[in-house]
Amino acid sequence: MNPNRRSPFVNLMTILVYGFLYLPIIVLITFSFNASKTNITFQGVVSQVGPLKMQGSLVVQSPCGPFHWFCELGKNKDVLNAARNTLTIAVTSTIISALIGTMAALALQRYNFRLKPFSQLSLYIPIVIPEIVMGIGILTLFSQLFTFLNSALGLTGDARLALGIGTVILSHIAFSVPFVTLVVQARLQGFDQSFEEAAMDLGANELVTFWRVTLPMLLPGVLSGALMAFTLSLDDFVITFFTNGPGSTTLPIYVYGLLRRIITPQVNALSTVWILLIFSAVFLLQRLQSRQA
Amino acid sequence: MSEFAVELRDVVKTFATPEGGKLNAVDHVDMHIRQGEFFSMLGSSGCGKTTSLRMIAGFEWPTEGEVFIDGQPQGRKPPFQRPVNTVFQSYALFQHMTVAQNVAFGLEMDKVDVNEINRRVSEALAMVKLNGMEKRSPRQLSGGQQQRVALARALVKRPKVLLLDEPLGALDLKLRKEMQLELKALQQEVGITFVFVTHDQEEALTMSDRIAVMSRGKVLQIGAPVEIYERPNCKFVADFIGETNILTGQVRSVDGTHLKVYVPDLEAEVSAVAESQFQPGQPVHLSIRPEKIRLAEERSLNENCFAGNVIQSAYIGSDTRVKVKVGKIVLKVWEQNHISTLDPDAYFQQNEQTWATLFPENTLVLPFEEG
Ligand SMILES: Nc1ncnc2c1ncn2[C@@H]1O[C@H](COP(=O)(O)OP(=O)(O)O)[C@@H](O)[C@H]1O
Ligand SMILES: [Mg+2]
Repeated sequence: MNPNRRSPFVNLMTILVYGFLYLPIIVLITFSFNASKTNITFQGVVSQVGPLKMQGSLVVQSPCGPFHWFCELGKNKDVLNAARNTLTIAVTSTIISALIGTMAALALQRYNFRLKPFSQLSLYIPIVIPEIVMGIGILTLFSQLFTFLNSALGLTGDARLALGIGTVILSHIAFSVPFVTLVVQARLQGFDQSFEEAAMDLGANELVTFWRVTLPMLLPGVLSGALMAFTLSLDDFVITFFTNGPGSTTLPIYVYGLLRRIITPQVNALSTVWILLIFSAVFLLQRLQSRQA
Repeated sequence: MSEFAVELRDVVKTFATPEGGKLNAVDHVDMHIRQGEFFSMLGSSGCGKTTSLRMIAGFEWPTEGEVFIDGQPQGRKPPFQRPVNTVFQSYALFQHMTVAQNVAFGLEMDKVDVNEINRRVSEALAMVKLNGMEKRSPRQLSGGQQQRVALARALVKRPKVLLLDEPLGALDLKLRKEMQLELKALQQEVGITFVFVTHDQEEALTMSDRIAVMSRGKVLQIGAPVEIYERPNCKFVADFIGETNILTGQVRSVDGTHLKVYVPDLEAEVSAVAESQFQPGQPVHLSIRPEKIRLAEERSLNENCFAGNVIQSAYIGSDTRVKVKVGKIVLKVWEQNHISTLDPDAYFQQNEQTWATLFPENTLVLPFEEG
């Protein structure tokens, strides 16, 4: 059978699957160019460039032309702030969870200890547990802990421990680590110990062996794990919702706040930027990995 | 400098088995490997060759006994502090480095300066005929080439001893034969002691100065290929190296190294020679190689001449491999085809009557072993 000939059924399924996946995204992106401020129906793009001119809820002319809402977005201090928070949280929690996750995977592979089966099992808990339960759990933990510590250490005023960017980062690390560990563990499966032995045989001590041989060989796994952690952190809503505090609003939280008022095309513009960012990150990483492997 | 490059003195390595028992993978082994020697450990899979090698390299530590390298006890020294290098069966080339980086790795670890590294790396690659491949990834090399990179990577450090764990195991037969000769030539050229592990007896015979035949964690015999083949010290070694006919009998009389052994299956006495002491009445084995038995139409004057019947004959070019039923025994006999002819009568045929002569000096008395 000619492998290049596909049945019409397969073609149809392909179209359906891609349509289902990407149509909402295309609609979303299209609406970020909508001239209508209420954004209920698509009323054409902002076609003229020039000083801002409105006609009811319709933007007729804008200094940025079709990219009106993107410019508005750029001027929105709250959005920029939320974006900065989101990135800070994502980058920090990704780096830390990649480190912890990789070390955990290595420890689980190399050493035998009494609680090993339990440790392995416990990796799945944050993955299978409903996010809301985990969110409430973490919130309870932090508030109890902070109340106790604040009174025990006699902290008052600004010195008091409170929810904020730190607690968000910690909670993101908590749910990201298992993903990194599992991905790195998959990479470690069938990892031939003789590579490390070869390095030591050639004169490298344990540390140098890890740095020059083990880590580079695990890197594709670590990167996939980190990418997963990064995207999870970027779009996490539920857990962030419970653990953020004043000044640590992230983009998902901010968008949710906007939605409760009105849905302007600004939200779409924001989503468009976001999608482009994530797509390029995934694309870059794939390029990097295909060169590595 | 010690006379011996490597010594294992009464070394035991015990592993816990998955069933909860204990297993001596290496069981009271003594080996004294001389400087500059091509030394092979030969034995079937699971006999403890790799474990012995890994104890020399430092990947495992002996449960009992001691490993000496160049006269120095190694104790629990890690691999990176031992003056030996290993060629792994899987080659274990670093996939994220080029060929040149792989070879340079060991020198970088020794903090050799860059110019010296470059010089020695190209020297080593030239030695294994891989110049021009420096920039390639190990993935872009054939099995034989990868094997050479692994060799260059280990040899570039100029170790006192090179350890090779079945390095030719993954190559096809033709390449394997080529590499055997090349490896042997290389060893003579660099003059480094090679400790070579293999389960292939022909390979061991071809390459080695001396061979240690191992079975179930024990060394049965150590000697030059000719000693191992011509004077095996036990039934296992005789059987394992090459092919042989084993007869079982009882010593009747002893006259120095010449013995007479009664073999019930032949209902006759067989004259044979022994390398060690035996007493009359003792049960023994006799070993005689197939190429050392003579077949003839006429009875020879020799005392060990028995009438037989050819039950199978296979022409294989250089030899004719014949099975001869003598008494209750089937003897394997290889007759060399000295004369070029198409005449079928010149070769042994099935059901032909024949006389088999087991020359006493070719018939070796070995201690009796169960099974
Ligand atoms: N790390 C280990 N743990 C438990 N048993 C082992 C280990 N390494 C080797 N063995 C056992 O020791 C015996 C000898 O193994 P090995 O030295 O690899 O044999 P060879 O190289 O001659 O095939 C085998 O029965 C093997 O199962
Ligand atoms: Mg082995």
